[in-house]
Amino acid sequence: MGIPVSYYLVLSAIMFVIGILGVLLRRNALVTFMSLEMMFNAANLIFVTFAAYYRVLTGQIFVFFVMTVAAAEVAVGLALMVAIFRTKHSIDLDQMSSLKG
Amino acid sequence: MNLSDYYAITPLVFLVCWAIFLLLVDLWIPAGRKGITALLSAAGLLIALVLVLRSGEQVLTAFEGSVVVDGFSVFLSVLFLVSALAGIALAHDYLQRLGLERGEYYPLLLISTSGMMLMTYAYDLIEVFLALELLSIPLYILAGFSRLNLESEEASLKYFLLGAFSSGFVLYGVGLVFAATGYTDFPGIAKAAQNGSLNPTLFLIGAGLVLTGFGFKSALVPFHMWSPDVYQGAPSPVTAFMSVGAKAAGFAALLRVFVVVFPGMSVNLTPLLWALAALTMFVGNIVALVQSNIKRLLAYSSIAHSGYLLMAFVPYGNASVRSDAIAGMLFYLAAYCLTTFGAWAVVIALEKAEGKGLELEDYAGLGHRYPFLAATMTIFLLSFTGVPLTLGFWGKFYLFSTAVEGGFWQLALIGLLTSLISAYYYLRVVVIMYMRPGTPQVQRNFWPLLTSGVGALAVVILGIAPGVLLNLAVSALLKGL
Repeated sequence: MGIPVSYYLVLSAIMFVIGILGVLLRRNALVTFMSLEMMFNAANLIFVTFAAYYRVLTGQIFVFFVMTVAAAEVAVGLALMVAIFRTKHSIDLDQMSSLKG
Repeated sequence: MNLSDYYAITPLVFLVCWAIFLLLVDLWIPAGRKGITALLSAAGLLIALVLVLRSGEQVLTAFEGSVVVDGFSVFLSVLFLVSALAGIALAHDYLQRLGLERGEYYPLLLISTSGMMLMTYAYDLIEVFLALELLSIPLYILAGFSRLNLESEEASLKYFLLGAFSSGFVLYGVGLVFAATGYTDFPGIAKAAQNGSLNPTLFLIGAGLVLTGFGFKSALVPFHMWSPDVYQGAPSPVTAFMSVGAKAAGFAALLRVFVVVFPGMSVNLTPLLWALAALTMFVGNIVALVQSNIKRLLAYSSIAHSGYLLMAFVPYGNASVRSDAIAGMLFYLAAYCLTTFGAWAVVIALEKAEGKGLELEDYAGLGHRYPFLAATMTIFLLSFTGVPLTLGFWGKFYLFSTAVEGGFWQLALIGLLTSLISAYYYLRVVVIMYMRPGTPQVQRNFWPLLTSGVGALAVVILGIAPGVLLNLAVSALLKGL
């Protein structure tokens, strides 16, 4: 491998932190959702990197599972957002305040 | 992979197939007669229960060691199946009353239950992640089941975003553990940890992230912010199921992962767990004091109970107390399950459409008008508090005594003090029920009343003879963990 493994690790850590910040700071539910996917993909990067590093297949198989699960989550999440948009005409998280807390 | 692998996970396969079958069958069941779907799914759960108990004493290993069915899994699977049965019993009349009667509720509940069961079978981090999602995704939908009701939809979205956020933490943590060791199966990681052939920094960060992720799932302070909102907004039967099932599954996963995979890291993790447990007990109980909505009150009480449960993890590095602590935790989970479903059954009997009938004031006069409901609610609240001779007392007693044995008497003291605080808000409900005049309106449906009756009976009988349940918990652990 030409590129040292630590580079991949740092890149994935950066992606993960961007994802966390996105979830915590952005107020649009869709952008929050994209940030969540970023967190998942940061983990995927780790799996692929170290599957190659250790020369085992487990990591790559894990990535397939993660992608499938993420797709299932997208289906449910988008359906929820559409349902809320129909009732409220907004998916701004700051306006989600009919429950105190 | 051969047939004997499938033999080990028969209950799981059956439950998932049954849920898919019900989704299809439900299309031909006319609206207004969804009770048939409810009965069919309850029948499926009972068959699964028989299938779970069939394996008896033996420990089954399947799929090259990635699935292990031992006493621990059987004990918790029974707990989950009973929770799902209670979730169905509470739901049918409630959904009808609130005009939400749709057949999808029941298959979703079954699929979520199968995820919880897989969580207890999992012996590989891939499966822990899959089980986590399998149990969570149906719950996101169920939380928003009361469609067009904004509170329910908001609760669902909040639960979804926070749930996916916590899955992200678990996943990244698992990724780091894989990066540190090169394995995802528990024995492989444990071996690497013993040999020292791993990167300790990555391993520790990974373990911390996994703990954070499951902390969100089980609503530990400071990761609890979502839970009161979600518990309040979601339909009550879903909340009841969520507060028992999702929490117990989160703890089951934590227990497996920590005891099997991270035993060598107790030096680093014990202070962290100690702080989390103490914080959760304090915050949960103190914020519960000022709640006026019964659903929020029970939500904070459930956070507080997470703190007590977490106490069982603190001495996990100490091999001599570990099995006692885990048995104590299983006992507490069973007690918590019975008490919670009973209490929610009473809440559901009083709840009316559009979130009415959920304030504490609505319980005034219950003692005179409906003595049975008030008596059962009193039993549950006393058990939550941990008043002697109730099931909750023995649960706390075992947890606190193992904490003391493990040398964490300060934590047991905090537990005792916070239990005293909790007496105030639990007993306030009892006082309102018996001392204040009022005309509560109650829907006297058979199944919720039966649930609360059975729950109260179990709490009283097992409170008098706690040895039966404790023996079950201990013998579950003897078969290995």
